Amino acid sequence: MRRDALPVGVQRLLALAEAVPEKPGVRRTSVHTPWIARLGTTALDLGAGSVSAVAFVGEVASATWRLTRRSARFRIGDLAVVVQECGVQALPIVTLISILVGMILAFVGAVQLTRFGAQIYVADLVAIAVVREMGCIMTGIIMAGRTGSGFAAQLGTMKVTQEIDALTTLGLPSIEFLVLPRIVALCLMMPILCVYADVLGIVGGAGVGVSMLDLTLVQYVRETVAAITLTSFATGIAKSVFFGALIAIAGCLRGMQCGKSSASVGEAATSAVVTGIVLIIAADGLFAVLLNVLGI
Amino acid sequence: MADPRAHIVVHALTLAYGDRVVLTDLDFSVKRGQVFIVMGPSGCGKSTVLRNLIGLDEPAKGDVFYGDVNFTRAAAGEREAILRRVGVLYQSGALWSSMTLAENVGFPLEEYTDLTRDEIRDVASLKLALVGLEGFEDYYPAEISGGMQKRAGLARAIALDPEALLLDEPSAGLDPVSSRLLDDLILQLRDSLGATIVVVTHELASIFTIGDDSIFLDPETRTVIAGGSPKDLLAHSTDARVRRFLTRGAEGDPGGRADG
Repeated sequence: MRRDALPVGVQRLLALAEAVPEKPGVRRTSVHTPWIARLGTTALDLGAGSVSAVAFVGEVASATWRLTRRSARFRIGDLAVVVQECGVQALPIVTLISILVGMILAFVGAVQLTRFGAQIYVADLVAIAVVREMGCIMTGIIMAGRTGSGFAAQLGTMKVTQEIDALTTLGLPSIEFLVLPRIVALCLMMPILCVYADVLGIVGGAGVGVSMLDLTLVQYVRETVAAITLTSFATGIAKSVFFGALIAIAGCLRGMQCGKSSASVGEAATSAVVTGIVLIIAADGLFAVLLNVLGI
Repeated sequence: MADPRAHIVVHALTLAYGDRVVLTDLDFSVKRGQVFIVMGPSGCGKSTVLRNLIGLDEPAKGDVFYGDVNFTRAAAGEREAILRRVGVLYQSGALWSSMTLAENVGFPLEEYTDLTRDEIRDVASLKLALVGLEGFEDYYPAEISGGMQKRAGLARAIALDPEALLLDEPSAGLDPVSSRLLDDLILQLRDSLGATIVVVTHELASIFTIGDDSIFLDPETRTVIAGGSPKDLLAHSTDARVRRFLTRGAEGDPGGRADG
């Protein structure tokens, strides 16, 4: 190919582009993989993923055991920071969602119940639904979205910036120093948030009941108090603690599995929310079956 | 372990990520109280060597010894005991971002010594002063520059007065003056603490200023192709790849494949 007719600048650029010869064997070629091979790879990846998840849960369990024996270590200051992050700072969104869910439940119930002149039972419907199910599920989903993803992003970034390596080489186990405080904090805060969500859900329902269904506040409150049993209240609270543990474990697991780039931090956060929500709904289904069998 | 002066000995080490072999047949020993340079072009696996020395990655084959103890085969407790006497500076500084500089430096002391809070604060201030960061005790890592983060990382690495100090690209990303100050500091640490210092770097100025001994890693053959004092290598090495690297490409075959 003749190049002498080209401008001098272009000739120099071409010479520069050819200065370092291509390394043999580095160019990537696209290889067609048959679907059966892809299926196999996916299955193997899935298997490896489950194994590492189980291993992580095992490590967390043994660290928790050491915590109860007081031989696990973490800084109380770290716990306080996480408690603040997933407690007080979550209040505004929990407030908004709970009131709205209470109102929606009241509306849905009202449409059916007023036909029979039984609008007073809207109070029962809202009370039982919120206290037993919606309070803890909605809080769980909110916390999975804001705190679970936050945990994954924090730990993932710490992995990318080698902060976790720095802990490891100092002989400070990251499970104890980073994961345990997050799990403990969420298990402590979830029941409190759940009670708060229960109350506000009922307030939302009462708002609709009093303003649109010709019920007095006293009637509504009396009906609500009569409808809630200690068992259904305790069921909701117990579930919320369990959901808290699930969200924290899912978030921390995804964070610790994070790769070494900033893109993988985003993936870890997304995956933490998905895992968290799936676990909450699946666990709630299990609880429903279990409680039904036990007759609670 | 014939040489009693050997502090870290690497024997027949092969490093791999999964099936991909990064380096094979590494054999070298780092003498006590020397500055040992691990050098080579980008991507030759220098940082991987460091990760294997401190157990962040497990070698595919071979062993790492600290003194007479086989670190690679040691139990977890024994490893921790060895690592407590090793300070590490990571490439990015790796300061814990939720803690101030003083807390970062004080954290290892809090965990491993019986010092009171005030004493820990004093030691942390001293270590920060050593790296030229006096007065920055209550700053968070995000509030200071990259070079300062690196120096703070070094202060944390020397918090427990380690016998061995491993530094991953300490002067990368620093301006020439800060880089020079860091080199001086490394030499002072060697002379005053008697610490063994392993430095992973490709900064030529640093290599010639601080290096007592070195190995040169080659990405093509995936092993050590030269070793010795960097100044001697520059004066006497006949290997084209080594010459090309040490002279910033002024000498040696550009293809880098001439037999030395």
